[in-house]
Amino acid sequence: MKTATSVKQLTLIQSINDALRIILEENEDVLILGQDVGKNGGVFRATEGLYEKFGEDRVIDTPLAESGIIGTSIGMAVNGIRPIAEIQFFGFIYPGFNQIMTHASRIRSRTLGRYTVPMVIRTPYGAGVRAPEIHSDSMEALFTHMPGIKVVVPSNPYDAKGLLISSVEDPDPVLFLEPMKLYRAGRKEVPEEKYTVPLGKGNVLKDGEDVSIFAWGAMIPLALKAADEIESEKGIHCEVIDLRTLYPLDKTLIKASVEKTGRVVIIHEAHQTGGVSGDIISLINDTETAFLSLKAPIERVTGYDVPVPMFSLEDDYLPHVQEIKQKIERVFYY
Amino acid sequence: MDTSFPIKQIVDGKGNLIDETYKDHLTKDFVHKVYKKMLFARMFDRKCVNLQRQGRIGTYVPFEGQEAAQVGSALALAEDDWMFPTYRDHGATLTFGATMVNLLLYWQGRYEGVLPPKDKKIFPPAVPIASQLLHATGAAIAEKKKGTDRVAIVYFGDGATSEGDFHEGLNFASVFQAPVVFFNQNNGFAISVPMSRQMHSKTIAQKALAYDIEGVRIDGNDIFAVYFTTLNAIEKARRGHGPTLIEAVTWRYGAHTTSDDPSKYRDQSENDIRREKFDPVARIERFMKNNGMWDESMEELEQTASKEIETAVKEMESAPPVDRNHLFDHVFERTPWPISEQKERFLQLQGGNNE
Ligand SMILES: Cc1ncc(C[n+]2csc(CCOP(=O)(O)OP(=O)(O)O)c2C)c(N)n1
Repeated sequence: MKTATSVKQLTLIQSINDALRIILEENEDVLILGQDVGKNGGVFRATEGLYEKFGEDRVIDTPLAESGIIGTSIGMAVNGIRPIAEIQFFGFIYPGFNQIMTHASRIRSRTLGRYTVPMVIRTPYGAGVRAPEIHSDSMEALFTHMPGIKVVVPSNPYDAKGLLISSVEDPDPVLFLEPMKLYRAGRKEVPEEKYTVPLGKGNVLKDGEDVSIFAWGAMIPLALKAADEIESEKGIHCEVIDLRTLYPLDKTLIKASVEKTGRVVIIHEAHQTGGVSGDIISLINDTETAFLSLKAPIERVTGYDVPVPMFSLEDDYLPHVQEIKQKIERVFYY
Repeated sequence: MDTSFPIKQIVDGKGNLIDETYKDHLTKDFVHKVYKKMLFARMFDRKCVNLQRQGRIGTYVPFEGQEAAQVGSALALAEDDWMFPTYRDHGATLTFGATMVNLLLYWQGRYEGVLPPKDKKIFPPAVPIASQLLHATGAAIAEKKKGTDRVAIVYFGDGATSEGDFHEGLNFASVFQAPVVFFNQNNGFAISVPMSRQMHSKTIAQKALAYDIEGVRIDGNDIFAVYFTTLNAIEKARRGHGPTLIEAVTWRYGAHTTSDDPSKYRDQSENDIRREKFDPVARIERFMKNNGMWDESMEELEQTASKEIETAVKEMESAPPVDRNHLFDHVFERTPWPISEQKERFLQLQGGNNE
């Protein structure tokens, strides 16, 4: 019998902590490893209290080496463990890139399915928190381009918990990107019990028939704000879609929304060239009914093709509500 | 292994000279010079922590406790040698010629802050751990190829020894006999992770053995041990006798960065013991007092330092607004069309009033 669900008010980082606790409690094979995840509880406190509760054999402070963390996770994963590896900041995943690209993502293919790598790599990403150099990268497209790994990005506490649990239960490697800027952006209701949010499925955050806005992660609050403002200022009704999984994209949802509105604005903080917006545009192009329903060229608001700058310039690098509203008007009045 | 790599000391914590062979080198002028540099570094560091608390700079990485290691090693360089620091080594860069105002601008998140004076070969601080060991090795190989006697020094922490780049750096330097000094500051922790958890090895110096280069372990809070050991390594490199790994054993009193809370992972009362017994600045003061080198001019130094620091802070705070062209103009020598178009769009968004 099901009892009424009780809920807690959690921030995004707390909901991640909650998910990790539930997963560790439920499955003895799951363990967490990374830099400062144990005693310190993670530099953002994602693993707070877990070392005390589950011990140093399950919440493991590793030496300072990303290739080491990811490479040993791969070895554990092919041998029955379910590792959740934390990379302290997305900008420091690069020493581990070789392990992800040449092994984690292709061991299943290479062994015709005999060896598999059910592991999750969690990492905070994105700009806007005045972090030091290199701490603010948003290179998700390196990994959506990489065959054999899923890429997931929550934008709110509810999704963060459900998506993280799904990621750990997924039989394949998942890169789980946590928008640093939203870690403590506010509390939302999160069920206390275990639940999942499916991978590969986007979510309509706001219904609308005029313009589809596709975004993820820390761009979601901007998208919603732009949509609200343009609605009261100009009466334009935007449909705001949080894609949540960047590989594989939710083709069904994108198609349905584009067919309804015929107008599209895509937002990401990552650099424009090679960004995931290019794939969304291709997907629309390749889906004839969606393409033929377009009433205006697709617009996007993205970061520039420049290194994410030092923080005195990061507000200039990042997309702004004003710019999003301009693009919405452009596709609407086209 | 710790017995094969004993910690070398010249002056102990009480300020007593314990290695008499250095007696004649420790002239009053020299001692005053190193003391002044250390005091400036310490006071600058404390000021930065305060500025961060007041919101006048961003996240800051303090180095208090590591002044002897940073200042002593930097003083051993010749003017046109190379320095490859990390985000924690502004005590070293300041000593080697970086300006206070630029260091402050760095912590305000401004690109100007990365720049040393034109004639100084100071690389931008490395943020990805251990990556800089290879750059220093490469720069040193280049100097060798050019036939100069310049050397490179590279700084890194205990945690850095776990990265592949550390081992690759040592191996390349060993294979090519590069004129480079690997200066490790073993401050006991990589954020929360103690050395004992970072490695099973008892020392960092012993890692040199595997690459057949010289490894030395020193008291990193004894500025004289730091200075003379580094000087030896540098001179050896200059003569074409290859790299050295120096492990300077030290301690950071403060947090890893101003966003870190060290009480989460270590007993903070250890700091008081360390301050009393091993403090690098107190040690040289004791040495001066023990040897009749302390005079009034030493007491005035604090004021001089204060003034210099305040001037730099003023200069930082009256610096012209951040130049937004910096976002676009230096990605390539000749800006390709995607960036030019994006810049144009950016300027339009700013209402065109953005030079
Ligand atoms: C490749 C990489 N991984 C992780 C980090 C995050 N990080 C910054 S400092 C630090 C600890 C470094 O410790 P150590 O090398 O001992 O130097 P210390 O900071 O103590 O001077 C970590 C993990 C980073 N900067 N680069």
